[in-house]
Amino acid sequence: MLDTQYIGHRLAPCSAEVEKGRLKFFAKAIGQTDPVYSDEAAARAAGHPTLPVPPTFLFCLEMEAPDPGALRKLLDMPVPKILHGEQRFVYHAMAYAGDTLTFEQRIADIYNKKGGLLEFVVRETRITNQRGEHVADLHGITVVRHG
Amino acid sequence: MADLGNLKVGDALPAFTTEPVSRLTLALYCGASGDHNPMHVDIDFAKAGGSPDVFAHGMLSMAYLGRLLTNWVDQRQLREYGVRFTAITQVGDAITCSGTVTELFEVAGERRARLVLQTVNQHGQVKLSGDAVVALG
Repeated sequence: MLDTQYIGHRLAPCSAEVEKGRLKFFAKAIGQTDPVYSDEAAARAAGHPTLPVPPTFLFCLEMEAPDPGALRKLLDMPVPKILHGEQRFVYHAMAYAGDTLTFEQRIADIYNKKGGLLEFVVRETRITNQRGEHVADLHGITVVRHG
Repeated sequence: MADLGNLKVGDALPAFTTEPVSRLTLALYCGASGDHNPMHVDIDFAKAGGSPDVFAHGMLSMAYLGRLLTNWVDQRQLREYGVRFTAITQVGDAITCSGTVTELFEVAGERRARLVLQTVNQHGQVKLSGDAVVALG
């Protein structure tokens, strides 16, 4: 069973720079053909200062932490039993290539269903940029399947 | 971009279907996303962990659905976007992304639409079910 004493635990904040090349690679990987996400001239023509961070890439940047498995190790969750249950983004400001984003993650809840066969970890992440502006809030649920 | 002036509840977003998810798709997403979980790219690891094969990252499908949204409205109008991963997307699945307007409302003087979203595979099995809120300008 996951240790519920970690409810409310805050992970060390981490920061990640948004790299232009990664945004282009991400656009290719998800089949994004809208040039706003891979061509700076198209992005500027659409009124953006440079390439925008697409809606779900904020989740990816969180994995740029020195140890992206820190939460999993803290809670001792076995990789083959983990599934992503839910993911939500609440957007407050756009993020762009060249920004440095800071991620403050906390464990909002740990609970189980089916007599412990399924365990759930709820993560909340507040993202701010280099100017201290609130960019987004992420809400994710990780599921651990037993048996 | 869509003309949102006459939007009604029940209106559908222009749906699309992806190419079938291949192992290359998963390798590219692994590198581009930074999600290096071996369950998605290393079949030996997946089998040792009790899975018959590697399977797609849930966040890959969430990114596909994100394309549905940003094809339809400028990303600067996106206020909220969430999904539940209801079933695993397998190698070979072709993913159809679709969405419908379920509610029109106003928050602090901003007109907004709530959308219900989903991905299904070629057999009609729902893989992701989600929702989003967009500003109507």
